[in-house]
Amino acid sequence: MATKNDTIGKTFTVIILLCLVCSIVVSGAAVGLKERQQANAALAKQGNILSSAGINFSGRGAEVVFAERVKVLSYNHQSGEVTSYASLPAMETALVESSATSVQNSAGVRDMRAELPVFAIQGEDNDDVQSYVIDVRGAGLWGMMYGFVALSSDGQTIQGLNFYDHSETPGLGGEIQNPRWAGRFEGKKAVDEDGNVAIRVVKGANADNNEVDALSGATITSNGVDNTFQFWLSEKAYGSFLTKLREEGAI
Amino acid sequence: MASAKEMKSVLFGPILANNPIALQILGVCSALAVTSKLENTLVMCIALTFVLVLSNVSISIIRNHIPSSVRIIVQMTIIASLVIVVDQLLQAYAYNIAQELSVFVGLIITNCIVMGRAEAFAMKEKPGMALLDGLGNGLGYSVVLLTVAFFRELFGSGSLFGLQIMPLVTEGGWYTPVGLLVLPPSAFFIIGGFIWVLRTFRPEQVEAKE
Repeated sequence: MATKNDTIGKTFTVIILLCLVCSIVVSGAAVGLKERQQANAALAKQGNILSSAGINFSGRGAEVVFAERVKVLSYNHQSGEVTSYASLPAMETALVESSATSVQNSAGVRDMRAELPVFAIQGEDNDDVQSYVIDVRGAGLWGMMYGFVALSSDGQTIQGLNFYDHSETPGLGGEIQNPRWAGRFEGKKAVDEDGNVAIRVVKGANADNNEVDALSGATITSNGVDNTFQFWLSEKAYGSFLTKLREEGAI
Repeated sequence: MASAKEMKSVLFGPILANNPIALQILGVCSALAVTSKLENTLVMCIALTFVLVLSNVSISIIRNHIPSSVRIIVQMTIIASLVIVVDQLLQAYAYNIAQELSVFVGLIITNCIVMGRAEAFAMKEKPGMALLDGLGNGLGYSVVLLTVAFFRELFGSGSLFGLQIMPLVTEGGWYTPVGLLVLPPSAFFIIGGFIWVLRTFRPEQVEAKE
């Protein structure tokens, strides 16, 4: 039997048939479950937005709290227009349709759209906006780091930071996800009165100077976080939005 | 058809008498990595058992047609496909746990238990027996992992399945958690302890002195 199986013809037939069957099984699973996975990813994103603003949703589920307290907006940083959307997927679909252009920056962002996502978080019992969450990303050591930054309604103070997706080294750069480190950004000034980016991530930071201490053993990651802030809070991205908040108050 | 006694020994043998982790010391890597919480551990055990049973059965079905020159590749292809399917299922139905288990689901591909059973058992036996063998070894793996996770979660975080049993000092309770148990190396101690207890009751498992 062994000799019969070991002919070249038989080997090829078995391998090709096996590959066919396996690829059908694998792609069937991937395609069939895609919808559910995307729904899960959207739910996780809503949770990440809420937790960046320090909102606890454990009792009622991210979806319910998100629908109740978060207004999904987008800000066009070229025209200054604010658009409102019914839901997070609605905004994402709309944004995907607009085209992205390449941009000069040190944060490693290849291209960006004119429309930038903004999430306005309302208070628990009233409709006043307590924080605005902006969507940031920047290159770390191994890849892009995706995060949400919650800012106070005057656009100046950082209320929370949540890097929800990254590929930094666990235990070193991966500590950007550690709430203890992210917590150090709370209360720091994002931008100063004139709209210059004020927050810095440096080694041997001085808290009085609005600096956050870099992670030890993760210089490139820390620099990446710094560059991310420098870029996204600047005039090239959310800068004019923050100016608007500073001058006109909540939008 | 194999006798009932034989089937029983194939199914229950790997739980204590021939445990893949405790006696053969296979698959220890994932036993360290995913045992800090019982919930994650349970999902991991189900995932591994699922892959093990299906890979054993499918390899056993085509065992007479696998050319021996490429048999490892054939086994790996089947195992890898099954692992991807499991990963997709977890991402669809247990998203948070899938995020926490991250690479360790993918690493089932290289879990020696799966490869070992495919090569040592499924290549020779009928699908029915291969199924029992997969199930048995999956159970053997699960028994050890769940034991480890039980101790790690109870004494490391004072909880079981996320339910607080012993209130922590940090949250106003009385229990000071053992920090070591949250870290992966602690699983070594518990697995070691498990093997010690097992071999005390089953001295035949003790290796002969060299």
